[in-house]
Amino acid sequence: MNPVIEVRGLTKRFGSFTAVDQVDMTIPKQQVYGFLGPNGSGKTTAIRMMCGLLTPTAGQIEVLGMRIPEQTEQIRRQVGYMTQKFSMYGDLTVLQNMQFMARIMGVYGRGMGRRISELLVRFKLDSFASRAAGSLSGGQKRRLALAAAVIHEPKLLLLDEPTSEVDPNTRREFWDELFLMCEAGATILVTTHLMDEAERCHHLAILNEGKKVADGSPQELKTDLAAEIFQINGPDISTIRDHLHSMVEVLATARSGISLRVILRNDGLRAPGWLEMTLQAYDAEITRVAPSIEDVFVMATQNNIDKVVG
Amino acid sequence: MYSPVPSFVRIAAVCSKEMIHLVHDRLTFGMVVMIPLFQLILFGYTINTDVRNVPAAVADNLNNSFSRQLTMDLQATQVVDFVQVVDTPQQLEALIQQGSVSAGLYIPRDAEERYYTGDRSIAQLLVDGSDTTLGGAVRQLSRFPFLPGGTISNSERVDQISVRLLYNPERRSALFTVPGLLGVILTMTMIMFTSIAIVRERERGNMELLITTPVRNLELMVGKITPYVGIGLVQVSVILFLGVALFDIPVMGNIFPVYTVCLVFILANLTLGLMISTLVRNQLAAMQMSFFILLPSILLSGFMFPFVAMPKIAQYIAEILPLTHFLRVIRGVMLRGEPLTGLVGDLSYLLVFSLVFLVISTLRFSKRLE
Repeated sequence: MNPVIEVRGLTKRFGSFTAVDQVDMTIPKQQVYGFLGPNGSGKTTAIRMMCGLLTPTAGQIEVLGMRIPEQTEQIRRQVGYMTQKFSMYGDLTVLQNMQFMARIMGVYGRGMGRRISELLVRFKLDSFASRAAGSLSGGQKRRLALAAAVIHEPKLLLLDEPTSEVDPNTRREFWDELFLMCEAGATILVTTHLMDEAERCHHLAILNEGKKVADGSPQELKTDLAAEIFQINGPDISTIRDHLHSMVEVLATARSGISLRVILRNDGLRAPGWLEMTLQAYDAEITRVAPSIEDVFVMATQNNIDKVVG
Repeated sequence: MYSPVPSFVRIAAVCSKEMIHLVHDRLTFGMVVMIPLFQLILFGYTINTDVRNVPAAVADNLNNSFSRQLTMDLQATQVVDFVQVVDTPQQLEALIQQGSVSAGLYIPRDAEERYYTGDRSIAQLLVDGSDTTLGGAVRQLSRFPFLPGGTISNSERVDQISVRLLYNPERRSALFTVPGLLGVILTMTMIMFTSIAIVRERERGNMELLITTPVRNLELMVGKITPYVGIGLVQVSVILFLGVALFDIPVMGNIFPVYTVCLVFILANLTLGLMISTLVRNQLAAMQMSFFILLPSILLSGFMFPFVAMPKIAQYIAEILPLTHFLRVIRGVMLRGEPLTGLVGDLSYLLVFSLVFLVISTLRFSKRLE
């Protein structure tokens, strides 16, 4: 089966700044594919190139078997795009926005009214149909943008941080909706910097400073992590942290509540013993824990480490 | 996947969206009526090139029936209005310098002798030349035929060339100004409205979504300007109505040619504004660019100064501006009742202008974010 998106050596430079650097990517059909990366890592630039908003400096993009930017116009009817910033018309009502998008996207005639009311109900916007889009809450705006993006039943959905400024409950509903669409046959590329969202994706690509630094299913990424994770509980966490921080064996530390999470290099296979030895002087309780996506993310985006995962 | 729909569906979608924006945007909507109203009243009542009642002073050193009749006759022309009487020419100059009067009449002690001798002028008019229009009007009084005693003789002093004013026998400025204003107001509002049309989508962040849709450049452009064609025609009606109601402007012949000319002119300005919109990055820059076009339009088109009196180079520049062609046509149609057939040249220029700028805008508008 042909992949929905096939990207080779994708590069975008703005002057001397390289926003996206030699990215290769293959997105198969009917997947929720996550783009994980810190702010400014090139996620938005990459997604904009994939829908033809920006022209790549170098590299090839093939979407749904068609080449971008040459065949951008043809694929526009089959792609739905949701921008990071709200880009519906604030002074138009919810219904007017939907009608405009429907006509522009080619949903026209008898089917239009039915399709719109179906989407409004599905995205719980039916009671706001005559409200100005600009006066909706953050979550409602997001639902409207998603409803508009799928109005023409696209085969591919590109979602740029669709759940920023949205509360956790709305976010969960939003993701449930994404999986429903995926099961119905759509392929979804979604950017995020939230770990719980990343965990839900079928497949993840982690971007850092324009480069792809990790690629795989969340489970693979966690299993293949070239590090070991320990949780330390004790009365003097801050001192322990300072103590560990300067050591080469320690890749990263993070405090969470009263415990300290330590990511250790696992090259010598002596991690637990080494840690106990190092912390002899402290009254510390050391537990080995399973890696999380956050650990993967921290490892992948630490700049002093070359490709750790992958 | 939905099957492709005809182009007009997308044009209609853009068009109806623009109209909703327009209804919501009270400021723009207000401008549609308020700009014509204010401009027409301001220009119509204040721009008056028929100089009347220039405040003047008189220094009459002769002070007899001859000099009093001279003063009264000059007063009767209504060009000057003697509001002050002084003793010496020096005082006249002082008054003009202060600005309390704009002209001064000095009648010397020997004025009557001078008249009958006939070799020297009998009196002197001092005129404030810093305002050329005013100075020019008062200067004309030098040819004023003065006959002491008030008798009218069948003198030999018949004008060598007689002048007959056609179409505006009363020499009312409003008659000349209102058709011009029609052009100036349309230039101002039409360019302004469309110059912000595309840049506004960019500023409000709608562009990123709009350009990922299948809407074509030309569809977007046509959809955007169509509502403003209607707005422009509404403005034309407002101006014509006010012109007739306030200034008694005669609309010669049929109203149809007037609207045809206006329609073509509206298109030219809308496409020009559209082009500006594809050039600039924000609404402020769009406004500045609009004024950059508006100013030469007002100064060079023949609205302010007679076209034929301008230097050649200014005339060439003026020929580029749509307003120049519109003024030539609209004055012909409105004041002289000229048929459209005689104005094909200027009308085709405006049509070609619209087409060229529509094409430029369409080509310039790129469905990319860079």
